[in-house]
Amino acid sequence: MNESRQFTPELLEEVNRIVSLFPEGKQKSALIRVLHLAQAHFGHLDTEAMDYVARLLHLNPIEVYEVATFYSMYDTKPVGKVKLEVCRTGPCMIEGAEKLVSYIEQKLGIKDGETTADGLFTLKSVECLGACGYAPMLQAGESFHEHLTEEKVDALIEEYRANPVANYMGLK
Amino acid sequence: MSKKLLLEHIDVEGIRSYEVYRKQGGYQAVEKALKTLSPDDLVEEVKKSGLRGRGGAGFPTGMKWSFLAKPDGVPRHLLCNADESEPGTFKDRYLMEKIPHLLIEGMILSSYALGANQSYIYIRGEYMFVMRIVEQAIAEAYANGWLGKNIMGSGFDLDLAITPGAGAYICGEETALIESLEGKRGNPRMKPPFPAVKGLWQRPTVVNNVETIAAVVPIVNHGGDAYAAIGIGRSTGTKLISASGNINKPGVYEIELGLPVEEFIYSEEYCGGIKNGKRLKALIPGGSSVPVLPHYLVCKTAAGEDRLMSYESLADGGFATGSMLGSGGFIVYDEDQCMVRNTWNFSRFYHHESCGQCSPCREGTGWMEKVLHRLEEGHGTMEDIDLLWDIQRKIEGNTICPLGDAAAWPVAAAIRHFREEFEWHVRQPKLCLERNYGLVTEKKFEAQPA
Repeated sequence: MNESRQFTPELLEEVNRIVSLFPEGKQKSALIRVLHLAQAHFGHLDTEAMDYVARLLHLNPIEVYEVATFYSMYDTKPVGKVKLEVCRTGPCMIEGAEKLVSYIEQKLGIKDGETTADGLFTLKSVECLGACGYAPMLQAGESFHEHLTEEKVDALIEEYRANPVANYMGLK
Repeated sequence: MSKKLLLEHIDVEGIRSYEVYRKQGGYQAVEKALKTLSPDDLVEEVKKSGLRGRGGAGFPTGMKWSFLAKPDGVPRHLLCNADESEPGTFKDRYLMEKIPHLLIEGMILSSYALGANQSYIYIRGEYMFVMRIVEQAIAEAYANGWLGKNIMGSGFDLDLAITPGAGAYICGEETALIESLEGKRGNPRMKPPFPAVKGLWQRPTVVNNVETIAAVVPIVNHGGDAYAAIGIGRSTGTKLISASGNINKPGVYEIELGLPVEEFIYSEEYCGGIKNGKRLKALIPGGSSVPVLPHYLVCKTAAGEDRLMSYESLADGGFATGSMLGSGGFIVYDEDQCMVRNTWNFSRFYHHESCGQCSPCREGTGWMEKVLHRLEEGHGTMEDIDLLWDIQRKIEGNTICPLGDAAAWPVAAAIRHFREEFEWHVRQPKLCLERNYGLVTEKKFEAQPA
């Protein structure tokens, strides 16, 4: 494994901090959060990344695989630098989530679930994000963008083009 | 006691920070409890308050606490369920984002009552930005001596941490939450044993919703009896309602239980009426899994009484003519909304979120989604409507956890109250696709050629 395929010393320190939140021997409880860190650091969770996390937490690789493939926020395949996740459930639908997805599809020239050729954006419609009163909305990185309009989406995409955010849970 | 108990200080500038929260009387409940109440006294106050679980099930909190097993030498845990994912629900996020110390104060009180020395808040992964806020507040609480060893010289120790999920509605089910907190897939466990006996790491565990735990703060401050005096009947206290859909003022509101539904929808203080001068078509009062109510059952019950925002009144008439208070995810639909499309949308949600453990749910949710999509797209038959009814009946009650019921109920209620609309999707598929199917359905379609 080359160096870029490992955590930085800061990240390793963060792993230790997370593990210390749980009793001795219960370090498996840190797995979900450490996988978020790994995904932010490596871009997505391929087998090599999952095996690395397994070694870090003294787990069997299968224990990591089954978690990484169960939860919807983890990507086991490459995704764009910025994931635009549009909520499509109930209240967001009646406030125009489908139109929003079509608009972004058109603007970026990709379909829902795809990544732009430059590897910058992935568009994904997702289930309820807990912003029902502020619909329609999308999540990018750790940020919620609410009460969206086409103009707001234009501005947002320009902003991220200039300054892409990492997906979820990098170090703060 | 004012009607606002949780959001009383929500508009105070900087209330998110420790200093401002403390200045507004924050952590006084902890001082009072640690100095004047034994853990059993505190459980007694919560019992007296009549507080019921605010996550959706409405189970009496004091009773839940009294079920906790206390074997010698085995640590016990309190877990806060902040995995808010029920479509229509965003109240816990609001509370944690705006006034995180209220939750922390509630966690200290509840942990003290239960004799738990290591407690966790499990928050959904998508609320990462909220987790940062709560984590900061936890650090402030440690720095000011409200967490850690020997809190306020009382001899009570408490460590508190917040930990994220990673995108799974099912982890809001308490045993799935426990599995997830152990670093596993969120597959619900068979019960018994119940978490109160064997929960986190096989230790006695209580899991409570964010709002439930926050409500313990005013209960301690004012006393259980004073809390019970608010509200109506067995629906005591206040409730956070997250209102969304076709209303003028969506958002989170704290209401005294017993408020008339009509007032909540139409008064300027709350939802401010239906948007664009449209008429009300339907209401889902407690999150996507509770039965939808047609407009004529929203403000009045079938018995002709005023429908109130309370556990009992919203459930009046059973599933035939009533619904549930649930999580307080209050979704309002105007006359232009299509109930078939909406039901399909929720079915897709439950299919996506089924953990796959039980066949009726794993297969049934996908099947319902497919049939509903067929109907919505204009390829359905009259038999499909009966088929849907049949599938939902075979899911309900036949799964390990309530996700199966949660997926079945909205389908059943939609067919029960809007069957005519499903039939129109078969008879007039093209028209239904072109224009949403409204309140006065017959009239809308009358003039159209077949």
